[in-house]
Amino acid sequence: MISLEHISQSIHEALSASLNPTLVLLIEMAIAGILVISLFAVLGLVLVFMERKVSAYMQIRLGPNRVGYKGFAQTAADTLKLLIKEGLTPDGADKFLFNLAPLLVIVVAMLIMAPIAFTKGFQLWDINIGVLYVSAVSSVGVIGILMAGWASNNKYSLLGAMRSGAQIVSYELSAGLSVLTIVILVGSLSINDIIASQQNGWWIFKGHIPVLISFVIFVIAVTAETNRAPFDLAEAESELTAGFHTEYSGMRFALFFLAEYVNIFIVCAIGATLFFGGWMPFHIGSWEEFNHVMDFIPGIVWFFGKIFSLIFLIMWFRWTFPRLRVDQLLNLEWKYLLPIAMFNLLLTTVMAITGFYIK
Amino acid sequence: MQYEEIATTEEGNLVINVGPQHPATHGVMHLVITMNGETILNVEPHLGYIHRSIEKMCESLSYRQFIYSTSRMDYLSSHINNHGCALAVEKGLQIEVPERAKVIRILMDELTRIASHVLWWGAMAMDVGALTPFFHAFRERELINDIMEETCGARLTMNYMVPGGVMTDLHPNFVKKVKEFVAFFRTKIDEYDTLVTYNVIFQERMKNVGVISAADAVSFGCTGPVLRACGVKSDIRKLAPYDGYEKLNFEEPLETAGDSYARYLVRMRELRESLSIIDQLIDNIPEGDFQAKTKAVLKLPKGEFYSRVETARGEFGVYIISEGGLTPYRIHFRSPGFANLSCLNHIAKGQKIGDLVAMMGTLDLVIPDIDR
Repeated sequence: MISLEHISQSIHEALSASLNPTLVLLIEMAIAGILVISLFAVLGLVLVFMERKVSAYMQIRLGPNRVGYKGFAQTAADTLKLLIKEGLTPDGADKFLFNLAPLLVIVVAMLIMAPIAFTKGFQLWDINIGVLYVSAVSSVGVIGILMAGWASNNKYSLLGAMRSGAQIVSYELSAGLSVLTIVILVGSLSINDIIASQQNGWWIFKGHIPVLISFVIFVIAVTAETNRAPFDLAEAESELTAGFHTEYSGMRFALFFLAEYVNIFIVCAIGATLFFGGWMPFHIGSWEEFNHVMDFIPGIVWFFGKIFSLIFLIMWFRWTFPRLRVDQLLNLEWKYLLPIAMFNLLLTTVMAITGFYIK
Repeated sequence: MQYEEIATTEEGNLVINVGPQHPATHGVMHLVITMNGETILNVEPHLGYIHRSIEKMCESLSYRQFIYSTSRMDYLSSHINNHGCALAVEKGLQIEVPERAKVIRILMDELTRIASHVLWWGAMAMDVGALTPFFHAFRERELINDIMEETCGARLTMNYMVPGGVMTDLHPNFVKKVKEFVAFFRTKIDEYDTLVTYNVIFQERMKNVGVISAADAVSFGCTGPVLRACGVKSDIRKLAPYDGYEKLNFEEPLETAGDSYARYLVRMRELRESLSIIDQLIDNIPEGDFQAKTKAVLKLPKGEFYSRVETARGEFGVYIISEGGLTPYRIHFRSPGFANLSCLNHIAKGQKIGDLVAMMGTLDLVIPDIDR
C-alpha cells in the first residue's frame, strides 16, 4: 500500500544514491520548506472558506457561493485582492518593527509545525521534547502581536496588544498544565511516544475524568491563546475596531489573518495528538473485524478528520458566544482554570503512579 | 485636530477618540474617552455630525408636510414619530380620528416597536461580541418590513400617519401576514432567550454594569426602557393614553436593578407585551373610514400644542407654537435618545471600555434621533 512514509523513504533513498549526504539534507530541507509553505497556503484557503461557510450556516445565510464551484475560489480571489493592495505604513509608525511583526508571527506559526506527526513516519523533526518545544515556541508569537500593537502608533492597537499580552501569558499556564497531564501518563515528551501510547485507545477514553477535565481546560486555554472568540479581546471589533492589526493592510494584514488560522490548526493538531491519538485509528477493544476496517483508513485521514472536528468546535464557539471582559478573562484563568488544572495534574500523577487507567 | 495632539492628559491618562466612524457607535457619534488603562475616567459625547436642522426646516413646511421629516429622526420608530406629530396637529384642529384609523395606528406602532427592539437586540449582542444574533434579528425584522411595505409603500421612512388618520387603508394581506408573523415570532423570542439571555457570559457582562439609580435617571431625563429598568413607571401609553391604548390590556414591564441587564430584560418583556397588544387588536379592526375628513389646507389656531407618545426608545414629544399661519412658528421635538445619552458619562465612569460599548447598546441610541 502506498503511504506517505513510503514516498518520503523512497525520495530519501533516490537522493542518497546519487548525491553526497550534505546536499541530500539541503534538498530535503528545501522540499520540507516548500511543503510547509504550501500546506500553509492550502490551510489558509480551506480554513477561511470553512469559517465563512460555518458562520453562514449558523447565521442562516448562504455564505460565499459565486466565485468558482460553490464559492470555493472565493478565498483565492480575496487573497489575490490582498496581494495587489497597497501595504500602507502609517507615518508615525516604527517602520522596522511594523514590518517585522507580521513576519515574526507567521514564522512562529511555521516553526511549531516541525514536531507534528501527520501520519506514521511522516514528520519534519522527530524531537524527543516535542511537546515542550511546541509550548515554548508558541509563546514567542505574542511578541509579534505586542510588536505590531506598539509599532503601529495607534491607541486601539496598543490596547489590543496589551490585552493580548496579558491573555496569552496567562492562558499558556493552563494549556501547559493540561498538556502535562498526558505527558505524565505517557512518561515521555516525544510526540511519537504519545501517539504510540494510544494504540489501544485514545487518552480521552482511557484516562478517566482527569483527562476529560484537562481536555476541557485545553480547549478553553487554546481558544484564548489563539485570540479566538469568546476570547478575542485583542481584536474586539466592537470596542477596538480591529485591535492590534488596525493599521495593517494588504498582505501584511493577510499574514496576521493566515497566522490566526494556522495557529488554530496547530493547536487542534496538538489536541488531536494528545487526546485523540494523533493519526491512530479508532479501535474498539478486541473486536478484530471492526479494528481492521478502521485500520484501512489512512492515518492522514484520521489525523485531519480529528483536527477539523476540533476546529469546527472552536468555530462554533466563535459564532455563539459573546466576548468576555478583560478582567473576567483574567479572573477565569487565575481563579478557576489554573487551580483546577493544578489539582487535576496532582490527580493525574496519583493515577499514573497507581496505574489506574485503562492500558 | 486638537485631540490628535493631546495623546494623554496631564496626569498621564490616555485620551481616545471613539468615532465619528467606529463600529461601536452605530452611527456618526464621537466620544472622547479619558482612560486609565482599561478603566474609563470620563466620557464626552460630541454631537453634530449629522445635524440636519430638522426643527428649523419644519418652520417652513406646512402642517401636512412637516410630519415627513420626522421619519428621518428616529428612523427605527418612524411610525411612532409620525403618530406623535399627527396627534399634535389633531389636538390643535380638534379633529376626531375614526376608530379604524386609531386601531391601525396602534397596530403599526406596536409592529414598529417590535422591529426596533429586534434590531436593538441584534446590535446589542454584536456590541458584546456575539455576531450571530444580528442575522437572526434581521430575519424577523425583514418580515415586519415586508408587512409595512405592502401597506405603507415604504420599509423605513413610512410617512403613513397623517393628521386625521392614516394615509391609505390596510392591504388585504395585512391581517393574515401579521397573524403569521406573530405566531412565528413567539417561537423566536424563546430562541432569543436561549441564545443570548441565558448565556452565562452575556449575563456576566450585563449584570451590575452601568448602574443608574431611579433618582439619577429621572434627573437626567431618561425615559423609556432606561427609566423603567430603575423601577419608575413611565410608559406614556399608560400615563397619558392616546388613540385607545387605555382600552387595551397590557403590562408595563418594570425592573429594579437599573443595570444593563435590567434594561435588556425590560426590552425583551416589551417585545412580548407588544405581541399581546397586536393579538388583542388584529381580529377586532373596526370597519369604517381610515381617515377623517379634513380641510385641504390645515391652519392651526394661535397657541401652543404638545403631544407625547411612547416610542421604542422612550418619550417622544412634539411641541408646536402656532401664530395661526400656514406653517408653525416654532417646533421642538423632545427626542428620547438625546436625554438617554446624557446619562452615559454618569454610568460609564469607573467601568471598563468593553462595558462602555455594552452600555451604549442598552441605552439603544439612534444617532439621527440625538442629532436632529
